[in-house]
Amino acid sequence: MSAVTLAPAVRRRTRGLDRFQTIAVLFGLLGVVLVGYVTPNLERTSKAFTLEMPPDPAQVSFSPRTIIAAIGTYYVLAAVATLVLGRSARWERYTRAALGVAAVLVAPLVVILSLALSEAPSTNLVQLVVESLRLGTPIALGAMAGLWCERSGVVNIGIEGMMLGAAGVGFTVYAVLGDAQDSTWLWIGILAAVLTGGLIAALHALVSVTFRVDQIISGVVINLLALGLTSFLRSQVIVPKGISTGISTSELSIPLLSEIPIVGDQLFTNKPIFFSMFVIVAATWFVMFRTPWGLRVRSVGENPHAAETLGIDVIKIRYQAVILGGLIAGLAGAWFSMEGQGGFQDNMTNGAGFIALAALIFGRWRPWSAFAGAMLFGFTRALGTRLQILDVSVGDFSIPSEFWQALPYVVTIIVVAGAVGRSVAPAAVGQPYERPR
Amino acid sequence: MTSLATDPPAAEPAAEVVLEARGVTKRFPGVLANDAVDLTLRRGEVHCLLGENGAGKSTLMNVIFGLYQPDAGELLVEGEPVRFRSSADAIAHGIGMVHQHFQLVQAFTVAENVILGEELRRGPLLDLDEARKRIAALSTDFGISVDPGAKVEDLSVGQQQRVELLKALYRDASILILDEPTAVLTPGEVDEFFGVVRSLTEQGKSIIFITHKLREVLAVADRITVIRRGKVVGSADPDEATPATLASLMVGREIILSIDKEPATPGDATLQIRNLDVADDRGYTAVTDLSFDVRAGEIFGVAGVEGNGQRELVEAITGMRPKLGGTVELDGVDITGASPRQVDELGVGHVPEDRNKHGVVDSFTIADNLVLNTFGRKPFARRFIRQTRKIDEQARDLVERYDVRTPGIHVPVGTLSGGNQQKVIIARELSGEPRLLVVAQPTRGLDVGSIEFIHNRIVEMRDAGAAVLLVSAELDEIFTLSDRIGVLFRGRLVGDFPRAEASRDTVGYLMASGHDDAQGPDEADGAGES
Amino acid sequence: MTTTTTETPPRPPGRSAVDFLRGYFSLQPILVPICAILLAVLVGGVIILLVGENPFTAYWALLRGMFGSGDRVAASLGRSTPFIGAALAVAFAFRAGLFNIGVEGQLLVGATVAAWVGTWDVVHDLPGLLAILAVLVAGAVGGGLYGLIPGLLKVRTGAHEVITTIMLNNIALLLIRWIVNSTDPVILRDQGASVARSATIAEGARLPRLVDSQPPLHVGFLIMLGLCVFVWFVLQRTTNGFEIRMVGANPHAAHYAGVGVSLVIVSVMATAGGFAGLAGAGEISGTSHFLSPGVFLAIGFDSIAIALLARANPFAVVPAAVLWGSMLAGAPLMQQETGLSIDIVRIVQALVLLFVAADVIVRTVFRIRSKVEGGFDEPTLGTQWGGVA
Repeated sequence: MSAVTLAPAVRRRTRGLDRFQTIAVLFGLLGVVLVGYVTPNLERTSKAFTLEMPPDPAQVSFSPRTIIAAIGTYYVLAAVATLVLGRSARWERYTRAALGVAAVLVAPLVVILSLALSEAPSTNLVQLVVESLRLGTPIALGAMAGLWCERSGVVNIGIEGMMLGAAGVGFTVYAVLGDAQDSTWLWIGILAAVLTGGLIAALHALVSVTFRVDQIISGVVINLLALGLTSFLRSQVIVPKGISTGISTSELSIPLLSEIPIVGDQLFTNKPIFFSMFVIVAATWFVMFRTPWGLRVRSVGENPHAAETLGIDVIKIRYQAVILGGLIAGLAGAWFSMEGQGGFQDNMTNGAGFIALAALIFGRWRPWSAFAGAMLFGFTRALGTRLQILDVSVGDFSIPSEFWQALPYVVTIIVVAGAVGRSVAPAAVGQPYERPR
Repeated sequence: MTSLATDPPAAEPAAEVVLEARGVTKRFPGVLANDAVDLTLRRGEVHCLLGENGAGKSTLMNVIFGLYQPDAGELLVEGEPVRFRSSADAIAHGIGMVHQHFQLVQAFTVAENVILGEELRRGPLLDLDEARKRIAALSTDFGISVDPGAKVEDLSVGQQQRVELLKALYRDASILILDEPTAVLTPGEVDEFFGVVRSLTEQGKSIIFITHKLREVLAVADRITVIRRGKVVGSADPDEATPATLASLMVGREIILSIDKEPATPGDATLQIRNLDVADDRGYTAVTDLSFDVRAGEIFGVAGVEGNGQRELVEAITGMRPKLGGTVELDGVDITGASPRQVDELGVGHVPEDRNKHGVVDSFTIADNLVLNTFGRKPFARRFIRQTRKIDEQARDLVERYDVRTPGIHVPVGTLSGGNQQKVIIARELSGEPRLLVVAQPTRGLDVGSIEFIHNRIVEMRDAGAAVLLVSAELDEIFTLSDRIGVLFRGRLVGDFPRAEASRDTVGYLMASGHDDAQGPDEADGAGES
Repeated sequence: MTTTTTETPPRPPGRSAVDFLRGYFSLQPILVPICAILLAVLVGGVIILLVGENPFTAYWALLRGMFGSGDRVAASLGRSTPFIGAALAVAFAFRAGLFNIGVEGQLLVGATVAAWVGTWDVVHDLPGLLAILAVLVAGAVGGGLYGLIPGLLKVRTGAHEVITTIMLNNIALLLIRWIVNSTDPVILRDQGASVARSATIAEGARLPRLVDSQPPLHVGFLIMLGLCVFVWFVLQRTTNGFEIRMVGANPHAAHYAGVGVSLVIVSVMATAGGFAGLAGAGEISGTSHFLSPGVFLAIGFDSIAIALLARANPFAVVPAAVLWGSMLAGAPLMQQETGLSIDIVRIVQALVLLFVAADVIVRTVFRIRSKVEGGFDEPTLGTQWGGVA
């Protein structure tokens, strides 16, 4: 008798501005400032983006004034369009896309504006991109680790501890057995890091899934334990051996792709864990959404009791997913002490695990979106360093390095507050599951 | 149109037993849920298990389905003793279950829900195309139609139930357990459902049908077993039993199936709703252009299957949900923009439909729950300091007056049974002597004793001059209590007439289709399809 | 009316054992943490053995470092003082179902504002009590404002407070580092000092010391104790506290019952920030008298652990914080005498938290029976992770 029931969608006619209109207003104001104040005050110089390393790099020249004026104009137009058309459902998709483009344009805007305000004639754009991707590696891996865990219903704020523990233990193995110089032992160290991550995750699963301890507490304990244990290892084992730095992984070039003129060598020559990040994100997406096991993992995170009634072993699946996440987090940890640099310092992850969590929430618990969040963070990091080098000044005031270092964190807040709003976590996340007896 | 007399063919006396439970016993802390229960199921029959809420029916089914391990007793399938360590084992033996509270993953599609746990594969990948084909085949075989690609959260409750049924059929279940399947259906849909049940038994499936609804039992059962407080208290012959005999078997005493009440003497309109529009959580319209009055001293019962805007309507009236348009007035005061606290202070009592989510705080004591909304007012607080003695005094008084069974007033409410929790809520909302009482699904999941008690209290409020808005999916309750009846269908009020003019048929038809017999299917509600 | 099925708690088996068991039940709240500490110490001892040291000498050195002399006791208490305030900030937020991981930042901001206000000319001229008050209040306000930000963000935009507070922590760290270090322009840096720090605060603005140990035990400790009592009182005896607990236990029911959930969230975050800011101000006023970057490291995260250890109970925060702070204060002596790094103390601390939280483990090992009535009063933290729908 009754068929499909979807009721017609209705735009909420609330009073006042909604989220997108507020964003539109902000962009509009920004656009006005850019066109009306910034552009007239910029010098009429020409700057360039270089595309390869010196000497004699290929480059693209441009006038910052023109481009900034163009972006400013676009902002004003997009804002006006959104405010005028905003309430109509027909144009909604387009206005949102326009705002999305506006958001993406912020990145080149900041780069070009900073370049304009500095003394430097040019900056290497390709390197900026590569650095962003590179710095985003541990974040992306951490986000994947968190994804597997949380999609199965287990909150994981211990990603930080898993990374740190893996970094510490991995490097310790490398240092003790190979003096941090031997490449075979390097790979053994990386393997040790990965396994450590899995082991810590197994502990998290044991405590929160089997013993049903609050998952937040379990995560905090892991972070504390990792910090204490790795610092302990460092002072009792690594330092006495006299080892402070070691050789990290060596770069490799992907055949064919790295031979693309100008950009190929820069984009496709890099370190192994970096490349593995792409593979892991793709594999995560594939396994989670296209295989039976992935379906089961997701079901366990959404409605474990329903899964139980279909004969699925909820506890076993949660263990599997959490440990898989831990192994990936272990690889992220290995990046810190054996790829990004060769060496281990106390608390060297310094909050990367929480940034990874932010990327996960930003990506609404989906692999590629979380990856995008990680890359955004990597970009702001790379940008911060680049701008520090450029020594940007506004008038007499030289922007201090701390501002650039804080940039990634500020951006994360803006993104989480502005773009994401109320995220939709897996329905059963955080609730300990009790098998019916 | 609603006819409940479908003649079931008598099962052969010598038909083989496909499933047997012998002496099944199951204990939980403080409760003996099943006490040496025996049950046999014959091939091709519909065996109704009848009992009131809390009698132990669902527990027994969970044991049969492998979700619980019995403390004593055994199960036999096709004569062979079996031990189910999980529902996978039960499924492997051909047992399928359609749960009372659907076990569906809301975020997944129908196809994903159906194949979960027994996935169709193409190599390492999920084969959703094949799944769609299989579901289509099952749909035609058994007359159940559902769009395999739809997300479950977008489906109506009736459709979600079909997905549950498909899950069992997809696994080639030959024994089907249906746990309160008609709770979410309109009277017309119930008919249709019985048709599906018929076709299932004709294809050789054996069915255990659990319900507490007496009329349905008589309509569809081949055999009836009655369970009360964990024990089997007898069986009944559907050809001879009546609702009254079944009811007294179920409860163990004579119960009066209707309430003695004086005719209503309504006064002025206390609640006036005009052109109300409300959206649901996802932004879709839930209530459209709704207008009605509830007068003092009158019970206005709004019937309708869940999911037609009841929740949003109640939350809008009580200030919990913003309105898109229209007005709500209480004794002439405009409360359209009022907050829940303001609405409460104006003398509105609200018994919410989801008692655990909204009605009580499980970890708080009974005493604290009884002041959940009044904690800031005198005498329970003086200038921000709580007066615990006064709070305890009230708690003792209310627990006594409203017959809340509890070891003490400082016990966490979460430890009480559903019926007692509801009594706490009733005590809180009614003791404030509100002029408008809004009750939503007040007796869902409760035992007969609690139901009687709560119904009597509601009538008392009405007799004392309060206006009562009753929202319920239980037609019996609507007919028992209401002075006037309305029907909510897809967010619109499609009927508003005195109780005397209503019949189950007309109301049932309105609930199912949005228009009454006289009008016939026309453009009345705009979305006409069948 | 005939009775319906009711649930009654089961009787403990064996009437003769009832009194004996009752003894266990009444001690249970203290018994479990004590056994958890024992178990953690045991595991820590094993680790010490593994690196070739003697656990007994190590622990004995640690104990002497913690409580060995009057001076050391005072130092332990002094070290614990900021932890109490910071852990209260976390615990108070937990009661409302909020994860205030931003204690670190709020504490820093509070300390900075306090250090700044303490150098004002106006304050130099105020009598002692008012000067101290000015500095402490300034710190509380500073921390409160910094706690307001994530609260507002959560309520207006739905931003998850774990993320925003962690980001704000990092931002605060960097900001304060700049403020204290910057010479061009000079913001707070004391140009006459040899190291990078802010100017010392006025004499009158310094909290009186009770014992001049390293670190000193000052009146701030008593203030923190008072704060605990205040928090307990607010939560259990006031209407505001009732609302806060309701929001933490069931925000949907709170909304139904008329509580302004958003207002509660924002005010709790701000208040918690105020507590943390007060703790920071107390340290400036009582211990260091100036602000230098890096002085408050790790108080933030540790205070989360302390709050969890105390199960968000304001009175339990004191012993938990004292234990925590004492261990950190006593560790250097252990390091001095045995060569063991102080991180072993951190490991033991983490294990204590683990075993207190996973009391199932402790109870199995020590065969302690669990309470008859279910432990309902403990907030389950993880259930609000996915956001309040």
